[in-house]
Amino acid sequence: MSRAVINVPKTVKRGEIFEVRTLVAHAMETGFRRTQLGEVIPRDIITRFVATYNGVEVFRADLHPAIAANPLIAFTTVATESGTIAFQWTGDKGYSFTESATITVV
Amino acid sequence: MTTRRNFLIAAGSVGLAGVAGEADATPEAMQQALRKLTGNAKVSRGKVKLDIPPLIDNGNAVPMTVSVESPMTQADHVKAIHVVTERNPQPNVVSVYLGPRAGRARMTTRIRIATSQTVTAIAELSDGTFWSGTADVVVTLSACLEEGMI
Repeated sequence: MSRAVINVPKTVKRGEIFEVRTLVAHAMETGFRRTQLGEVIPRDIITRFVATYNGVEVFRADLHPAIAANPLIAFTTVATESGTIAFQWTGDKGYSFTESATITVV
Repeated sequence: MTTRRNFLIAAGSVGLAGVAGEADATPEAMQQALRKLTGNAKVSRGKVKLDIPPLIDNGNAVPMTVSVESPMTQADHVKAIHVVTERNPQPNVVSVYLGPRAGRARMTTRIRIATSQTVTAIAELSDGTFWSGTADVVVTLSACLEEGMI
């Protein structure tokens, strides 16, 4: 159904700031486009992205139609402990997709 | 705040919107969206850096990085970053919420830009102050306005 690409370093030093890059396959239909018959194509976008690091929310984003298709979201976080970083995208028409990445802190 | 430049841009957009047949947000709509986001608080210029290529071939996917000068400690960090445009169909682009665990107040995404305009980023700090940064962009092929090929 959907597909996401997550890019995090495999191992990081404790306390180091590292970048998390996420990309999810989604058309992000704006709701402003029309078909050639003049009918408005209904909006279908991802409205929210949440990243949790071992269960604690570290980053959240509210997305609007002005975000490009296949939304790329990159942010930074501090390496506190080994574990998983979980990502959740939710949006119109009941869209929900989760993905996670494991990270080892040395 | 209506400067002569903003007025001219707005005046230009009236003609353009007529041709394109699409209602655009106006600088006023952007100010309204900003007031909603900041709760009418004073927004100072500075601290926020908005990285967008100044000349864009394709407005459908424009890389954008927003960074805010902040130590990102428990006592002094960026709580939220909002990006708004003045001439897209809707002013809001993205709102991100972060905290001291971000380490750096910085985020990257790809946005749609309908037409040449000024993009504004607002940062809300933990002490309740708001800071802004802007970037001017020129677009040759715009997003949103083309007919859907369906």
